[in-house]
Amino acid sequence: MKAQVRLWWRLWCAQWRAGPVRMLVPVIALALGVSLATAVQLVNRSALAEFEQAARRLSGDADLVVRGPVAGFQEGLYPLIARVPGVAVASPVLELHVTLADRREPLQVIALDPLRAAQLQPRLLGELAGERRAFFAPDRIFLSARAADTLGVRSGDRIEVLVGSSRRSLEVAGQLSAAAYPRAVGLMDIAAAQWRLDRLGVLTRIDLRVARGADIDTVRAAVARHLPPGMSVAAPAVDDARLASASRAYRVNLTMLALVAVLTGAFLVFAAQALSLLRRRPALALLRALGVTRGGLARALAAEGVVVGLIGATIGFMAGVALARWMLGAVAGDLGAGQLESLSGALIVGPGDATAFILLGAAMGGAAAWLPGREAATQPVAQALRAGDASAAFARVRSWRIGGAVTGTGVVLALLPPVQGLPVFGYASIGALLLGGVLLAPAAAGGLLGRWPAPRAAEARLAIAQLRGSSARTAIGFAAIIVSFSLMVAMAIMVHSFRESFIAWLDQALPADLQLRLGQGGGSATLDAAGQEAAREVEGVARVEFRRSRPLVLRREAVPVQLVAMEIGEGGVPALTIVKDGGPVPGTPAWISEAMEDLYRWRTGEHVTLPLGGGHTLAVTIAGVFRDYGRSGGSVVVPRAAYVEAGGDSAANEALVWLHRGAAADVVVAALHARLGIGEALQVRTTGEVRERSLRSFDRAFAITYALEAIAVFIGLLGVGVAAASTALSRRAEFGMLRHLGLLRRQVVAMLAEEGLLTGAIGTGCALLLGGVLSLVLVHVVNRQSFLWSIDLAVPWGTLAMLSAVLVVSAAAAALIGGRAAAGGDAIRAVREDW
Amino acid sequence: MTAAPPGPVLEVTGLAKRFRADRAPVFANVSLRLAAGEYVAVMGESGVGKSTLLNLIAGLDRPDAGSVCVGGAELTTLDDDGATVLRRRQMGFVFQAFHVLPYLTVAQNVSLPLDLLGVSRQEVAARAAAMLTAVGLGSAAARWPRELSGGELQRIAIARALVHRPRLVLADEPTGNLDPRSATQVLALLREQVRAAGGGGLLITHSLAAARTADRVLVLSAQGLEPLA
Ligand SMILES: Nc1ncnc2c1ncn2[C@@H]1O[C@H](COP(=O)(O)OP(=O)(O)OP(=O)(O)O)[C@@H](O)[C@H]1O
Ligand SMILES: [Mg+2]
Repeated sequence: MKAQVRLWWRLWCAQWRAGPVRMLVPVIALALGVSLATAVQLVNRSALAEFEQAARRLSGDADLVVRGPVAGFQEGLYPLIARVPGVAVASPVLELHVTLADRREPLQVIALDPLRAAQLQPRLLGELAGERRAFFAPDRIFLSARAADTLGVRSGDRIEVLVGSSRRSLEVAGQLSAAAYPRAVGLMDIAAAQWRLDRLGVLTRIDLRVARGADIDTVRAAVARHLPPGMSVAAPAVDDARLASASRAYRVNLTMLALVAVLTGAFLVFAAQALSLLRRRPALALLRALGVTRGGLARALAAEGVVVGLIGATIGFMAGVALARWMLGAVAGDLGAGQLESLSGALIVGPGDATAFILLGAAMGGAAAWLPGREAATQPVAQALRAGDASAAFARVRSWRIGGAVTGTGVVLALLPPVQGLPVFGYASIGALLLGGVLLAPAAAGGLLGRWPAPRAAEARLAIAQLRGSSARTAIGFAAIIVSFSLMVAMAIMVHSFRESFIAWLDQALPADLQLRLGQGGGSATLDAAGQEAAREVEGVARVEFRRSRPLVLRREAVPVQLVAMEIGEGGVPALTIVKDGGPVPGTPAWISEAMEDLYRWRTGEHVTLPLGGGHTLAVTIAGVFRDYGRSGGSVVVPRAAYVEAGGDSAANEALVWLHRGAAADVVVAALHARLGIGEALQVRTTGEVRERSLRSFDRAFAITYALEAIAVFIGLLGVGVAAASTALSRRAEFGMLRHLGLLRRQVVAMLAEEGLLTGAIGTGCALLLGGVLSLVLVHVVNRQSFLWSIDLAVPWGTLAMLSAVLVVSAAAAALIGGRAAAGGDAIRAVREDW
Repeated sequence: MTAAPPGPVLEVTGLAKRFRADRAPVFANVSLRLAAGEYVAVMGESGVGKSTLLNLIAGLDRPDAGSVCVGGAELTTLDDDGATVLRRRQMGFVFQAFHVLPYLTVAQNVSLPLDLLGVSRQEVAARAAAMLTAVGLGSAAARWPRELSGGELQRIAIARALVHRPRLVLADEPTGNLDPRSATQVLALLREQVRAAGGGGLLITHSLAAARTADRVLVLSAQGLEPLA
């Protein structure tokens, strides 16, 4: 055993000395694969850590959180809860979004009892240690550095907030550092906030710390017994609606990309190892003849793969960290359409990562060498020594049957439901379909090549014969193209489909000339009846349709649903993109977004009662389902008249404005601002402006996707090049022989270019086909299950044609460059080497 | 390697091989006995199955019937690992194509079988040097295969086949790629070295002149192995 290890080591070193380039090829491939996986993973994790941290800071270190309706609950409950056995600390919290007089976006305010909160959120309040007293003052607010920054205020300045239709002024008492509080937020004393912000006696949350040794579940049950209907107690969770949906969209993208990275990387490693072993088959057969056992050879090759993996992964990890750092620096501002507020290039890398990725690379190297190594070890020795040909290699893997079975599994997986809201089986389906495609493609390509008409030129005939003859090599070439390109095709189709559907939805949602909004994200400002009348009387305004949009809590642990009360004419709702129409219904109709079907299992024709708060309810019948790209948490549209009558308020916070013919939009906008006098909290935009802004933010959200995808494709192309180069290297003797036969160097190069072109063209064709199938899974399974909304398939033909052309040309160029090196210089002498 | 056990080096009885069920067998009943120190040549038309026979004897392929006994061990009952280890210890090969690894020096190529057997470094160096001197290439130890002629490469292959003193040397057309002068040299060397090692040798060749360097000449045909008429 020891003798063999020593022998192997010596052989390995000798090969390095003799042909460093050949030996370097798998190392480079491995480094590329690992660097891609490392980069995407690190970016992914830095982003997710950011989300999680933000969420954690909101809920502090509480064990349990008591919640009620979004509007809050009476504080009389607080002493009851605080006295429940097992509750060590109970901290009352009032969370609300206040509309600022001169800002569009509302400010999130968290109001606390500083003494109690200090026990639960030490990080949050630690900084205020010296200023506790200032905290109790009635009109003081502490701002996070980010909030102070956005608002352009410093300690001592005052900010104006709108409560209902009146203004209140608060003094900025101090700042919280960005480290303790990265998001834009204001902190107030709870009593001061209840008073100054018109929420007397109201709480929205009670944070609980369970006594040491007490069982959380027992305490939860005890607390739950004290809660009136409509309230709940649960462990804290990521529950900020905006955060959750941003993070979800982001996760889906990155998961998809990580999948691309890992698959492309793993495939590169496998292809490089397989090619390198293919080249060495006769030499390995000689060792078998000399007395190396099958198992010994397979183990040695796997060990060699591990060593190659260790070296390649070490280089790849360092390159990956550099790549991740560059990506974060270059595109951090655009990550998730600016939803990631403080992802300022903070890359999280520890020694554990280095170990994990390098070990992963080593394992990948070993695993990738295992199958071809076993194949090489079990090949018939006599035959391999005789012809030195590798055409029989991988015959088993290349059967229709295995490929068909794997593809079938992929199709079945695509039909399975999501797991805890995540399209786990959807991703698995993509992996299976990809593998199935890789297994089926060579067989398909073989059939195609078999029928290809024989060209006149000798070198072209040779090119086709070589592709037909050495099917293992050809298969690897195809697979390299298919893996790197089909996923890219699928992503391109998905993003394009999403964009087209988004535009169609946007156009439908914006029927009027102007769109008017008060505050955003559930801010506190509204227009009362007088304000609505004033808006109607503005010069140039032909018609105004007011809407009331507010959160609706249907299930306590879930993100609140958006309730929109709007004017509904005889012909239904023109502003909604209806995907299911239930026709006229008896009683009050309501339309639900697709997410409601999935989250609450509501169906058209069903009767439901909506809790409007304050004891009021609205009974409706579901008349249809619409598409809503604005909110993934679900939304319900009801007639405004019925909403007001049922005891919902008559205030409005959104409006569609139609202008008189000839009225100038900007004049009307200015007049509306002047007339309503709400300042910047009132947002009036022309339809064109809204459309343009929405599209810009859509494109920004996908910017990171494009960047990562481009890198994946670039590395995939490098892989194609590496495969071509290593193939060319292993065919030096063949080139030498052809030169002996009288082929000009130019002809050898032309032959290689034609091989590359053919491989590229057929591979690209297969990749387009497979990519189309994968895009169906992405659009109808992964996307549908992640976002709970549907997309209509739309194919970006122009982009795909351009990408295909680039790929085919690159494949030919890669073959050409690899071939020129191999066919030049001492190729003629290479024929003397008898492998 | 060690003191030769009594009995034949190689005993083949009733060997049959068929590659495909729909074709006639390559041969159906081949028997052969090789005593220690004996050097035998096998001739036959192209395609008659000479290489196939050699592969069966080496345990690189499996017969459909019959037995192969090398140094008292029944090859057909051994699994692949067993056959491989037997090959490592008891057999040496010379191929028509030289199959010298291009990335190892001459001395390193010759040392391969000893390395596999775990012989100590000093002994490997000494025995490889001695073997190279014996084949007349003592001065080429540090050179690379690409710098040598075909005849020289085949002498290296012979040195590699014999360096671990195998009981059985198998050579499949070792002179097929060589000019007559080099061929004569190589054949003489092969015979001489097989004798010196005290084992048996089996030489497959197309050339009558080459065959005549052996102790006996046999002819392979579909009927089996017959002495040359
Ligand atoms: N792996 C194989 N599969 C199928 N048929 C084979 C295989 N190997 C050899 N044969 C066939 O078996 C027969 C014997 O082949 P073998 O190589 O033993 O001939 P040979 O006597 O060595 O010929 P030569 O003198 O030309 O080297 C031939 O007809 C050959 O076609
Ligand atoms: Mg032969």
